[in-house]
Amino acid sequence: MSSITDYALPNPVNQNRSGIIGRAVDRYEGPLKVSGTAPYAAEVKTPSPPAYGVFVGAEIGCGWVRAVDDVAAKAAPGVKLVWHVFDQPPGQGEAGAKSYVQGQAVADPVFVNPKVRFFGQPVALVVADTFENATAAAGMVRVSYEEDPEAEYEFQPADAAPAENDQDSAVGEFELAFAEAPIQLDEVYETPIQNHCQMEPCATTAWWEEGTVQVNTSVQMIKGPQHLVAETLQIHRENVHLMSLYVGGGFGGKGSSYEDLASAALASRVLRQPVKIVLTRQQMFNATVHRPATVQRVRLGATPDGRLTALSLMVATHCARNAPFIERAAAFSRALYAAPNRLTGHRLQLLDIAVASAMRAPGEASGMMSLEAAMDELADRLGLDPIELRIRNEPDKHPESGQPYSARQLIECMQDGAAKFGWNKRNPKPGQTRDGRWMVGMGMAAAIRGNFLLPAKASLKVDAEGNIRLRQGMTDIGTGSYTILAQIAAETMGVPLEKVIVEIGDSGFAPAPGSGGQFGAASAGSGALAGGMALRAKLTEMAIADPASPLYGAAPEAVEFRDGLITVENRSETLAALVTRLSPEGIEAEGSSSPAPDIRQFASYSHGAQFAEVGVDTITGEVRLRRMLGVFACGRILNAKTAKSQITGGMIWGVGTALTEINRVDPRYGSLGSQDLGTYFPPVHADIANLDAYFLP
Amino acid sequence: MRSFTYERAPDAAGAAKTAAEHPGARFLAGGTNLLDLMKLEIERPRHLIDVGRLPLAEIAETADGGLRIGAVVTNTAAASDRRVRTRYPVLAQALLSGASAQLRNKATVGGNLMQRTRCPYFYDAAKPCNKREPGAGCSALGGLNRGHAILGASEACVATNPSDMAVALSALEAQVETVTATGATRSLALDEVHRLPGETPHVETNLEIGELVTAIVLPPPPEGRQEYRKVRDRASYAGGLFSLALAGERMAMGAVALKPWRASKAEAARAAGASPAEAAEAELAEARGLGRNDFKITLARRVMAAALEGTPLR
Amino acid sequence: MLDTAARDVTRGTFEITVNDEERRVNVDLRTTLLDLLREHLGLMGTKKGCDHGQCGACTVLVDGVRINSCLSLAVMHEGQAVTTIEGVGLPGNLHPLQTAFLDRDAFQCGYCTPGQICSALGMLEEVRRGEPSQATEDLAAAIVSLTDEEIRERMSGNICRCSAYPQILEAIRDIAGAAA
Repeated sequence: MSSITDYALPNPVNQNRSGIIGRAVDRYEGPLKVSGTAPYAAEVKTPSPPAYGVFVGAEIGCGWVRAVDDVAAKAAPGVKLVWHVFDQPPGQGEAGAKSYVQGQAVADPVFVNPKVRFFGQPVALVVADTFENATAAAGMVRVSYEEDPEAEYEFQPADAAPAENDQDSAVGEFELAFAEAPIQLDEVYETPIQNHCQMEPCATTAWWEEGTVQVNTSVQMIKGPQHLVAETLQIHRENVHLMSLYVGGGFGGKGSSYEDLASAALASRVLRQPVKIVLTRQQMFNATVHRPATVQRVRLGATPDGRLTALSLMVATHCARNAPFIERAAAFSRALYAAPNRLTGHRLQLLDIAVASAMRAPGEASGMMSLEAAMDELADRLGLDPIELRIRNEPDKHPESGQPYSARQLIECMQDGAAKFGWNKRNPKPGQTRDGRWMVGMGMAAAIRGNFLLPAKASLKVDAEGNIRLRQGMTDIGTGSYTILAQIAAETMGVPLEKVIVEIGDSGFAPAPGSGGQFGAASAGSGALAGGMALRAKLTEMAIADPASPLYGAAPEAVEFRDGLITVENRSETLAALVTRLSPEGIEAEGSSSPAPDIRQFASYSHGAQFAEVGVDTITGEVRLRRMLGVFACGRILNAKTAKSQITGGMIWGVGTALTEINRVDPRYGSLGSQDLGTYFPPVHADIANLDAYFLP
Repeated sequence: MRSFTYERAPDAAGAAKTAAEHPGARFLAGGTNLLDLMKLEIERPRHLIDVGRLPLAEIAETADGGLRIGAVVTNTAAASDRRVRTRYPVLAQALLSGASAQLRNKATVGGNLMQRTRCPYFYDAAKPCNKREPGAGCSALGGLNRGHAILGASEACVATNPSDMAVALSALEAQVETVTATGATRSLALDEVHRLPGETPHVETNLEIGELVTAIVLPPPPEGRQEYRKVRDRASYAGGLFSLALAGERMAMGAVALKPWRASKAEAARAAGASPAEAAEAELAEARGLGRNDFKITLARRVMAAALEGTPLR
Repeated sequence: MLDTAARDVTRGTFEITVNDEERRVNVDLRTTLLDLLREHLGLMGTKKGCDHGQCGACTVLVDGVRINSCLSLAVMHEGQAVTTIEGVGLPGNLHPLQTAFLDRDAFQCGYCTPGQICSALGMLEEVRRGEPSQATEDLAAAIVSLTDEEIRERMSGNICRCSAYPQILEAIRDIAGAAA
């Protein structure tokens, strides 16, 4: 791929002759999911009955494990092993070691360090013959700690400092322009810690076959975990067969892997028996990752007619001391509105609490809360409609890099959505609209998220019956990867969907970047297209060179694939016939795609507008969503059904982020206030009424 | 979970006797609270006495025009009963606001009455808690206590009682029938069942060892409006920040204390001619915020005043 | 029948019907109904999301009534009939509600889905029996009018983090028909 213009040339996806691309196709793996027969990581069939592993979590927030009394646990019924820093798993690589230059992960051995970094950190593992015995024995492990008196648990925004490898973005002279602006808005907004709450807890089932470990786990990317197991267990990565076929939700929280991954592999090596470890829901809260809190200062300088002369969003946030991560709440603001003088940046405080990491729309989820609220307040101050205010500050190119947008339909989204939502019925004066005991308000916000592509490969094979089998190391975390890959394979090879088999989530398959960062469909899909084109080229070459083929001697550029046929003009044969004759065991090809260098010339984003009507109970102050509409421009939609589900899902995440989800750290202990789903509140059915979304064509 | 032995009780009196004879025994009915706590080893019974199949699952009219609800009647069955819905709607509403349908289908009214607090510090064995371990301290005090008590708390415990049903029962002046370990039966007023924490928050009820709840008895329904209003952070399937049961002239509050809080001061003030706001103020005069739950005091005043003014709350 | 008189015994042997098949099981008494299904009977369709009755992913039907199988001991269900998602329908022989879930895309990652489906089936029976919910305006009415608000309230015991709520509502509505 030498240029993005190559993609503008006709290809099966953009030609879409049979119309499969974009169609509202049922999910490929749907029948398995609705019948409970899709095996998630803790559910795969093992060659012999598994042993069960349960972790013991640290009961202090920061310090050291000084002693472990495991006598009772080791003697408990059914217990096979108890590991901790004083009785470590054998055969682990040194922390941070990497045997392979190209490796995607370093060794991350478990229980080798007495340091307790956060409350709930796994400090011991008990493996027993049953889940009940393992859980009971885990409760018998007595750990003694030394607490670190210097531990810092409390987020103090004033102590947040510039982070390594991160620069403020400055354009023009913000401070001067803001000071001189006729209209000034200077507000501080706060967002709390929030948790992923994937319905499937992290889990790993592992067993050994000869010298290879079969690892079934629940992760968003395949290669990193495969390499981590190899480095940690000091084995060649060819001997780690890592699979993640069905993932019960990721949302960024399974972009990392946790102690269950290496521990299950290590334990099964020692015990010579399959081992299954599932994190408890409490461990999901305490010992995986979370979205950190932010404190954000928005300053907007504007003219009386609503043109921004100065825009600043400065973010203070936190992360774990040993795991730097910046919740880039200001990043999106560099691309959204025009203003000639700008200052945005992040400040980071290192804390002795659990690891902060990406959680669905990292940066946007927290940052847009502040800037969009500030724009709303500015519009109110100016007596302008919030949509009009945004239109007046619509950039014609990226406000900071100066790059042209590859596509941008923010104004269309806002105007189209406004019409459909009945935005003109809105009373801009607060507190005026009532419905019984409810005060009712209408609001809107812009939506933006960066689009980028990562390299991907895929291999496609056609068999003697004309079935197409696609294999790729991609994951489907509920996003619909299985389905869009099937659609792309079907359209590219010119076969009906029923003839396509999709196999993903396996480290033995052609690598793809996995699910995350909004890059999954475009990256994996491009890889699938490339793989299909490679197979077409191979089949074409074979057919036109074969005197027994009706296509013998044809010009390769005239060959087409449709209706299960390979065809040129009025001559054709079925793929099945071709394969049966030339290579009955099947014909396979691998293709690869990667972003063209000139893609960097463009600022590439999806945009949208969201409208909400909300009620506030005038007696109790309860806030409830009444209706919500989202309008989005996201480029080529591969599947109308699954894409809409993704987008309404994201909108509902927004409802939770704004209205129901808060977690806090108890600064005395460094632990989270909510450690289960009884005290942390993702939205439930009853919270979501009349919510809809659509895409602009 | 620790290992336990298990039996199905042959009858209520037998169950009570067995429980008293076996230290560390617990009654098991629906199990939705007990098993929750057993999995965390907050409860560690050595022996379970399953009372779920005892013939205590009837709802029957009493001679004086009230209703007797057997202890093993599920929450769903109680809330769905025509007599409860039409004569004691505050009770039906309270039951239906609790938990989820799946939990209501399994949980019994006896179990609902006996359920323990949902204080997150009680639930976390790594945190000091005087309920779990007398003398260990109360980590909710000085902690993240937005959901905790504003009335009747002590330095030893600031937890709340999570039952919605019990709040309605308090306003209805229900009685609780039991059988004790000696086979004797007795009847307690609902308000006598639960204890405030004082210095002994680990002693949660006034029931004796082995005493088994056999029925909840409602007097004839009161005159006037009945309504249950639960205030919470999301629309369903969440514990209350505050709740109010209104049954005629009587009121009780939930999520404000370690027992349902009968608003007798407000009732007395109303009877003496106070305005709704004054009556609410009288009841909340002794309320104390802990730093993060002070909003509950304002919330309670507003909801109670609105209820007394006749404003529809739902 | 379970020998309930034996005082030292922490295991139990008893009969339980699962998906119309009578099973005789011998388990550690601590085994929940959920773990009986998953770890002993190989029925992985019922999911463990929280193990504490706070998410609904483990919802099954017992004698037609929906419960959270995680907060129940297997032994408590001796002699009862349990229906799991595998008993509702399997590929090739799906229940109309499962087909509606496919049509409406009422799932994404699929982990809460068996619980949603079993819960919805139980819910529809509750509605047929006239059992009220918090959303029921007229408690005295014998018949429940199954409005969208009712469906949402009644399904609130099943959390879906992928947030397929609008689509789940549509799928249930396809089966339930218009509100009476």
